[in-house]
Amino acid sequence: MEEQKDTQWQPKIVTFLCNWCSYAGADLAGVSRLQYPPNTRTIRVPCSGRVNPLFILRALENGADGVLVSGCHPGDCHYLSGNYVARRKFAIFSSLLEYLGIEKGRVQYTWVSAAEAGRFADMITQVTEDVRKLGPAKKLVKQKVE
Amino acid sequence: MEQLTTQIQEAAKKLFEDNKVDLIIGFEKGSLPLRATPCFIRSAEDTGRLVWNSGCGNNLAAYVPAHNKDRIGIIVKGCDSRSVVGLIKEQQIERDRIVIIGVACTGMIDSKLVEEKLAGREALSAEDGSEAITFKGSGFEEKIKKSDLLDESCKFCKHRNPAVCDIMIGTSVEENKEGDEFLTVTEFEAKSAEERWEYFSQQSQKCIRCYACRNACPLCYCKECCVDSSQPQWFGKSTALSDTQVFHIMRTFHTAGRCVDCGACMRACPMDVDLRFLNKKIDKDVRDLFSFEAGMSLDDAPPLNTFKTDDPQEFIK
Repeated sequence: MEEQKDTQWQPKIVTFLCNWCSYAGADLAGVSRLQYPPNTRTIRVPCSGRVNPLFILRALENGADGVLVSGCHPGDCHYLSGNYVARRKFAIFSSLLEYLGIEKGRVQYTWVSAAEAGRFADMITQVTEDVRKLGPAKKLVKQKVE
Repeated sequence: MEQLTTQIQEAAKKLFEDNKVDLIIGFEKGSLPLRATPCFIRSAEDTGRLVWNSGCGNNLAAYVPAHNKDRIGIIVKGCDSRSVVGLIKEQQIERDRIVIIGVACTGMIDSKLVEEKLAGREALSAEDGSEAITFKGSGFEEKIKKSDLLDESCKFCKHRNPAVCDIMIGTSVEENKEGDEFLTVTEFEAKSAEERWEYFSQQSQKCIRCYACRNACPLCYCKECCVDSSQPQWFGKSTALSDTQVFHIMRTFHTAGRCVDCGACMRACPMDVDLRFLNKKIDKDVRDLFSFEAGMSLDDAPPLNTFKTDDPQEFIK
């Protein structure tokens, strides 16, 4: 049989997952053998409130085509208010990125609980599709000096 | 203006005589006409150096955190008073260790515009009227309307009177109701995403990363800025455009709920980078989303320090 070479461009997506919910949700998706695209690189963080907007910018600068930040649903934060504070922060940050002309789907935010394995798989599928449609990231990517 | 100068001097002198302050931060005459320079007065005898004119654009609140061991008296305009409120709320100075001497402001002039209008001629003296400013030099005398020389931030300023002050110099002025202070933002938002990115890239391209904007900002008081940190190195330090853009996005983000549009960053910028369209966007969002206006009150919590359970979250999937 002829070996089929995958020449299609694959998006690289960095996902920041809260240790207490989304990371556990991803784990459950794994042990439940749910299928989702392998395009994500997971970074486990203690809370969505830990995600400094700078992390997102640096991910984009260093070659990520998309970024997903996922935390606990409002009211479910392990630290009680981390995700509420994160929500305010990202409301402003996402608006600023769009204002500057960065495509809307490049950076996405979601809430996924530890029990929502199905939702996690769907989210990853959705985000991967969104970023695939946008194509490789060009803005904010660090260019090599010639 | 001369009347205000006298009143400021008297108020400053009294504060020293009553032993209320150790230091007064104000303006003294600069080396060029209508260029006032910040000065630090430590005794009643020196209060005669203080001046007030249309060239007192600098935001003196920027010097407060470095001198917070002293009891400070500070001379503020509307915007500066809001910066001082921000510093008090962020615990950079205790409220009872700062005497806020407020002056109602009718707008400060942009020295770059003056240079432009005089087109190479050198002004040797200037007469600071309330409506117009007369520049005199060898063989010329030119009267320019003050409204043509105003700093970008002052044109649309909605808070000319100090938000909080202990001593008011002169009378308060009528607030400027005309004009939309967010015009620059709404105009920019109307452009296409590509055009917006192009403009941001052009502006970032001009930046030489001298960080003068950060140093001039009254609210950038961190002893070690995350931009300067090398372990860990949070920010790329190369001349690549993306590194500069990341710096500008983060600088803007750090002003969220804190920027009072005093224009210090743009005044300090040697490369004329447009920073105001960034700052105003954040200001607008904070007001629209969280109904918060920076520096208006000592009691409300900074918007990113607090939350409501029903905050907007349309952007979250």
